[in-house]
Amino acid sequence: MNNIIIISTIALGALGLISAVILYFVANKFKVYEDPKIDEVEEALPSANCGGCGFPGCRAFAEATAKKAKEEHNLEGLFCPVGGNEVMQKVGNILGLEIEAKDPMIAVVRCNGSHANSPQKVKYEGATSCAFAHALYSGEGGCMYGCLGLGDCVDACEFDAIHMNPETGLPVVDDNCTACGACVEACPRDIIELRKRGPKERRIFVSCVNKEKGAPAKKNCAVACIGCGKCEKVCKFDAITITSFLAYIDFEKCTLCRKCVEVCPTTAIWEVNFKPRKPKPAAEQTKKVVSTETKPVELKVNTGTTKENKV
Amino acid sequence: MGILKTFALGGVHPAEQKLSANIPIEELPVPKQVTVPFGQNLGAPSKPLVKRGDTVKTGQLIGEASSFISANVHSPVSGTVLKIDNVVDSSGFRRPAAIINVEGDEWMEEIDRSEELITGFDLTAQEIIDKVKKAGIVGMGGATFPTHVKLMVPPGKKAEYLLINGVECEPYLTSDHRLMLEKGDEILVGTKILMKALGVSKAIIGIENNKPDAINHLTELSKKHDGISVQPLKVKYPQGGEKQLIKAVTGREVPSGKLPIEVGCVVQNVGTVFAVYEAVLKNKPLIERIVTVTGKAVKKPSNFKVRVGTPVKELIDAAEGLPENTGKIISGGPMMGKALLNTDIPVVKGSSGILLMKKEESSRKPESPCIRCSKCTYVCPMGLEPYLLSRYARTKRFEEAEKEKIMDCIECGSCQYTCPANIPLLDYLRLGKAKVGALIRARNAK
Repeated sequence: MNNIIIISTIALGALGLISAVILYFVANKFKVYEDPKIDEVEEALPSANCGGCGFPGCRAFAEATAKKAKEEHNLEGLFCPVGGNEVMQKVGNILGLEIEAKDPMIAVVRCNGSHANSPQKVKYEGATSCAFAHALYSGEGGCMYGCLGLGDCVDACEFDAIHMNPETGLPVVDDNCTACGACVEACPRDIIELRKRGPKERRIFVSCVNKEKGAPAKKNCAVACIGCGKCEKVCKFDAITITSFLAYIDFEKCTLCRKCVEVCPTTAIWEVNFKPRKPKPAAEQTKKVVSTETKPVELKVNTGTTKENKV
Repeated sequence: MGILKTFALGGVHPAEQKLSANIPIEELPVPKQVTVPFGQNLGAPSKPLVKRGDTVKTGQLIGEASSFISANVHSPVSGTVLKIDNVVDSSGFRRPAAIINVEGDEWMEEIDRSEELITGFDLTAQEIIDKVKKAGIVGMGGATFPTHVKLMVPPGKKAEYLLINGVECEPYLTSDHRLMLEKGDEILVGTKILMKALGVSKAIIGIENNKPDAINHLTELSKKHDGISVQPLKVKYPQGGEKQLIKAVTGREVPSGKLPIEVGCVVQNVGTVFAVYEAVLKNKPLIERIVTVTGKAVKKPSNFKVRVGTPVKELIDAAEGLPENTGKIISGGPMMGKALLNTDIPVVKGSSGILLMKKEESSRKPESPCIRCSKCTYVCPMGLEPYLLSRYARTKRFEEAEKEKIMDCIECGSCQYTCPANIPLLDYLRLGKAKVGALIRARNAK
């Protein structure tokens, strides 16, 4: 009886030992060398696997950075938008490279065609999908370029950073935004753009993407950009260009002087998170208040969230 | 009559509601102003040839076909071009259109406006196709595919049958029905012309059995013409679909992703045939069409002969006004038609009907989850699985949708009509088709 136990133990042990020796040599023979830095970089990444960097997941991004660092000794064109500069600095340290700090970005919704500004003319009853509605008709307010308000961007966001405001029917981006670009991709009308967050979260942008002439644009939406060119003239920094009746502010050139905001006749240009201006002469102020009925509300929403999150 | 022919797979039978079937076609007076969109056909929009302030005559060419799949546009009235502007049309978008102020009604000299029937013609196939192309004729069943392209049989293929589509399977619509009753002779001559153009010896007119008067009338008339016969069909939607009609009449099945010419068939709508007759023998371009104005609440359901470009509101006024509780105004039939954004939208070449639906019958019911009852699969005339395809489209799994043949969908809406959970199946199928189509184009471009 004892014999059987001893024999089987020795036999199994010997078998295991032989297999181990074989496996050792095989493993050595077919070893795939993997840069240990890839694991380290992956560890440093946020593991959101959002694809915002353009690679399928954080592991692929880590592999790409390690490869590029080894071959070209720089990380140009590789950036983790979710982790931002902090994470990229860590990645740089691991790979032994100096990383230039990039300006943090945020998704910006460039449409202010709220229910008040662009009143509903028809009622939509189809599938809750912007992509479908975009192919079907111009929109409830009549603007061919404006937000459809069905929330494809909200569905696309992995970070819970964009929500529909039921009052305006427009999406609002909050501070959770990591600028991964998923909503930019999801929007069939190219309304959302990644822009510089700006110093103290201050931003100026044209909140309209309507490429039609002034009259039809204004007919459908009270706050449309009509391409009048006043902002282009007033800008001293060549930051504003007008193409097909639509102004665009280049955030790299913009110095946030706010001159364009003042001259815009339709209040299509937005300033976000600025301190309130000094009171203006009475006549001008009343005009401003009338025309920006919904704008201050929007601004409060934005500033409010920012402060809350910072605290 | 025995068992009536029909297509094999699926199909539904909505209430027919042919309210205006017994009302003769009435010609509407020319409106004060018309809006003529340049994109009235499937494919590329035509290129404007007139500018602000130009005077035009009725039948004058104002838009030229800009590519292979495109069609000419003619002025439906005489007058002055007020402007070329972007106007909301039945597509739901603002697109280029000519707005013309009407002054008198002066026609181009070469157009024969008499009602006299011409039966003899001595033209070659190419001459006929050129005339059809010049007249800007498009498929008038609603798809608006340029007719001259359909008549050019690709090399290596041979047309065997010409099928004339007098099915009018959409509920409510009666414009084709009235045309068959009132212009039967012209349709048969038009069929002869198309047979010559295609080089076929057999033509079959398919008519659903709910139009016995049209079947009898055309059967009687067709005895005078060799090679033309009338085929009564069982009433089933969507029998007016090209592939369904071919299956019903000839028993042949068009392979997936192929055109009807693959099985030797060419299908033309009766409205198109009448337009071809007028274009070839009377030199009249496509500037008029028959439009049914109907709906349960409409006081006077009618069939109007109107100029292209007439605002829809003129038609509604002629049918004694917009009923109070109108919820939707649909261009086309209730199954495949599209809701209009306003009543200033003009009638175009493809407008077969204006349907005014009451609020309670037009609004969609709230959606509930799919219970896998498979009704949509049962009624799909193309043998697809709409519940699965719409799920793929919803979850953006477009590659899988392509494998499941989403591009074969003819967008007839039978699935959505039958769905007990009120799921907008067709909406998602259309979305999926658009995305898969883009994927395929991107792949081919590589």
